[in-house]
Amino acid sequence: MRHLLSTAELAYDDALRILDTAEEMAAVTSREVKKLPTLRGRTVVNLFYEDSTRTRVSFEAAAKRLSADVVNFSAKGSSVSKGESLKDTVQTLDAMGADAIVIRHSAAGSAAQLAASDWSEAAVVNAGDGTHEHPTQALLDALTLRRDWAAAHGQDSPRGTDLAGMKVLIVGDILHSRVARSNLWLLRTLGAEVHFAAPATLLPQGVEQWPATGHYSLDDALAAAPDAVMLLRVQAERMGGAFFPTAAEYTRRWGLTDERLSVVEKLTLGETGKPAVILHPGPMNRGVEISAAAADSPQTRITEQVANGVAVRMAVLHLLLSQSHQEESHS
Amino acid sequence: MVDTPETSQVMSAADIDRALTRIAHEIVESQRGTTGLIILGIPRRGVPLAKRLGEKLISIDPGFDAAAHVGALDITMYRDDLRTAAARTPEPTQLPSAGIDGATVVLVDDVLFSGRTIRAALDALSDYGRPQAVRLAVLVDRGHRELPIRADHVGKNIPTSRSERVSVKISGIDEVPAAEETVVIIR
Amino acid sequence: MTTSYLITGAKPYGEPAQDLLIRDGVIADIGQNLQADDAEVIDGTGLIALPGMVDLHTHLREPGREDAETVETGSRAAAKGGFTAVHAMANSSPVADTAGVVEQVYRLGVEAGWTEVYPVGAVTRGLAGESLAELGAMAESAAAVRMFSDDGHCVTNAQLMRRALEYVKTIDGFIAQHAQDTDLTAWGTDNAAQMNEGSVSATLGLPGWPSVAEEAIIARDVLLADYVGAKLHICHVSTAGSVEILRWAKARGIQVTAEVTPHHLMLTDELVATYNPVYKVNPPLRTEADTQALREALAEGTIDVIGTDHAPHPEQAKECEWAQAAMGMTGLETALNAVQHAMVETGLINWRRFAEITSTRPAEIYGHQHQGQEIAAGQSANIILIDPAASKTITPEQHASKGRNSPFRGIELPGEVRYTFLAGQPVLAQAELTQPVTERTGA
Repeated sequence: MRHLLSTAELAYDDALRILDTAEEMAAVTSREVKKLPTLRGRTVVNLFYEDSTRTRVSFEAAAKRLSADVVNFSAKGSSVSKGESLKDTVQTLDAMGADAIVIRHSAAGSAAQLAASDWSEAAVVNAGDGTHEHPTQALLDALTLRRDWAAAHGQDSPRGTDLAGMKVLIVGDILHSRVARSNLWLLRTLGAEVHFAAPATLLPQGVEQWPATGHYSLDDALAAAPDAVMLLRVQAERMGGAFFPTAAEYTRRWGLTDERLSVVEKLTLGETGKPAVILHPGPMNRGVEISAAAADSPQTRITEQVANGVAVRMAVLHLLLSQSHQEESHS
Repeated sequence: MVDTPETSQVMSAADIDRALTRIAHEIVESQRGTTGLIILGIPRRGVPLAKRLGEKLISIDPGFDAAAHVGALDITMYRDDLRTAAARTPEPTQLPSAGIDGATVVLVDDVLFSGRTIRAALDALSDYGRPQAVRLAVLVDRGHRELPIRADHVGKNIPTSRSERVSVKISGIDEVPAAEETVVIIR
Repeated sequence: MTTSYLITGAKPYGEPAQDLLIRDGVIADIGQNLQADDAEVIDGTGLIALPGMVDLHTHLREPGREDAETVETGSRAAAKGGFTAVHAMANSSPVADTAGVVEQVYRLGVEAGWTEVYPVGAVTRGLAGESLAELGAMAESAAAVRMFSDDGHCVTNAQLMRRALEYVKTIDGFIAQHAQDTDLTAWGTDNAAQMNEGSVSATLGLPGWPSVAEEAIIARDVLLADYVGAKLHICHVSTAGSVEILRWAKARGIQVTAEVTPHHLMLTDELVATYNPVYKVNPPLRTEADTQALREALAEGTIDVIGTDHAPHPEQAKECEWAQAAMGMTGLETALNAVQHAMVETGLINWRRFAEITSTRPAEIYGHQHQGQEIAAGQSANIILIDPAASKTITPEQHASKGRNSPFRGIELPGEVRYTFLAGQPVLAQAELTQPVTERTGA
């Protein structure tokens, strides 16, 4: 694994390796000295063309816990606003000795282009490219789901396990969601079954060729007894009547309201009797896609997702910045 | 012509068991008991060896609480060769819930070679607390140290050349039954 | 300097070999064992003689974007690619919407002398889609424009399109429509369509350009052309659905003609998965099913002609994020190769049909009398000799065009243009550019 660009091209073994490594990273974050010397002397650049304080802070914390030097390069207030090309910016960062470039960009494919180019030798981590993918978000979601799934099934540790047999329902703006795309491919790789619930206007043309089951009705989708329900954030710009009439109508039909929460409260993780879980990538629109009661429900894993984000990003940076995967020799 | 490697067995399953028994006795003697003793195996083969040492310690001192005081210390993230080799998935670190401050920690590994793993283990340990003392027990010392590190308890000293490989097969890690555990030199 | 050439043993349309005597700009004689002491002999053994190709859809970028292409470099590319006439689209800067600009382009073409350059006039002022450009003035100018197009932009306003179709009847012209519903493709917004809409765009997360956005405009425009009895040409048809509409329209007797690009015959949207902007083009690369439908339509005549939509861009316009990259591909110097590969070698057409779709029909559509003629004694000597057995790996750095944005880079394709005769002069000989006709005595 040289770059992390998408979950669509992430192999099962690599996905498991990231998740297993992230479990150990999570253990580090709970000890007194929350720092590892692993990436001492190495430079991680956060190249953010889009505002996302959450994701940037998460990557920054991950890099710093591995003792890397972190350079934050934000499009705002930099030469990007004056029209410097991605190529020139990346070559500049490369000349400064970047070992990894974490890129967030509104243009789909920008991370892949960077990785395919000869502009830099750095490892590339896609931190969200347009409406294409956001692989570390899907990995942290999988880490969160796997812990519950393994525990419910009596495993001592989630290490080495996958999500075989799990049924995950993703609700909302699938069309514009990089989170939904990354989750779809990773969940499938890990053996889970994926369902979508969304208005037809927010499902992409061609979705019928995806390995997922689509529902126009959230109630029908919940009746299919998912083990986990993932709500996607409804972007304000979609609410203007172009994709659905009003926010209120969206909430009525596709929101996790208090009434629907009572349905989710009866759902379980497989046959285990343990309660199903609720995820949200954040930030939430309370009262739109998720009611306040649902957001604060004990079934909700939103704070775990945030904590797991740091662990997953530590794992990814560690695995990308360590070289070949030869069998280690005795020392 | 295929150059088939030449192998010679230097320890049998019985040798390994005897060596662990002896090391357990040495530890108890040098510590004057098992109070404040923590046994930490270094993944991967050090972990089952530490577990077995724990069992031996119980047979010497039934008061030793192996479940609480035998654990694992992963050193993957502390290695100094991460850029050139590495990227092994880290293994779990399991420490006594009471921590390691003030304890005597015995690190356990299968083969002592350059000493770099132990250097990494000492760094890792210092991020978890401040033991009163750290000791080192290894099944095999094959020489060729690159750092000023020595073992306190050695199952067997085996002179080797640098080009030779020492292969340890331990049940629980390698696919061998307990009776077929070996230490072999491959040249 | 000699102005006579005796081509021996070339196969017109791939049919039995003949000798061709070219003298004073015309094919003086054709037959077996021709003799001409004053003529330079060209060994045509193994080569196929075809009428010079005529491209109804070329972007030469001049005036305004001389960094991308000039009339001179684009003309050289045309000669190298086997085109004896090209039609330069109006989206230059300033836009070719006045007699002044079209005359400038025409004059630059004559001065270059590598191919015939016919400027296409804009349908609407500034390509803005709001009011008619000076269609009559452009028709009466030295450039004698007959073809009008806002290519790059669709004439979206139905009333304006109707008026344009009606108006060009009075000047014996025709409208070439870039069929693209701007609303369905979110044109001019942050979410503008980036690639074919379908399962690939769904996965790649790029805003989709639905096939219906093309088909809806074609359906509307063939009905308008029928209603007002005018001539309509559809640029770069890209979908199977468009083919269905055209088939219906032609069966009904509507005066509609259509073109397809070589790249839409060969390449599909799967290539976009690389996010390499060299594959960004408008209309976008479609699906395998679309390319198959387009090939069949071209073979049977529902689609009339090949139009290259040669669209050179400077490097920086393609070396950037997909969403910011310019749309378009070069095409003049790979048209023969791509069409031979997609149409001839698949057995869908023979070389005679090849001559129709690349020369005869485009010349007819425009109304040229001296281009696209039968290879016969007395006809203008705008002909090419190609080697169908040659094969080469496409290397844009070897192209005469300034554009390096060929989607065929690195692909091995058959065929090579060996000679291009423009008005009897070999502007291309042994696959090398020689001299433009303007620099030849007697030209």
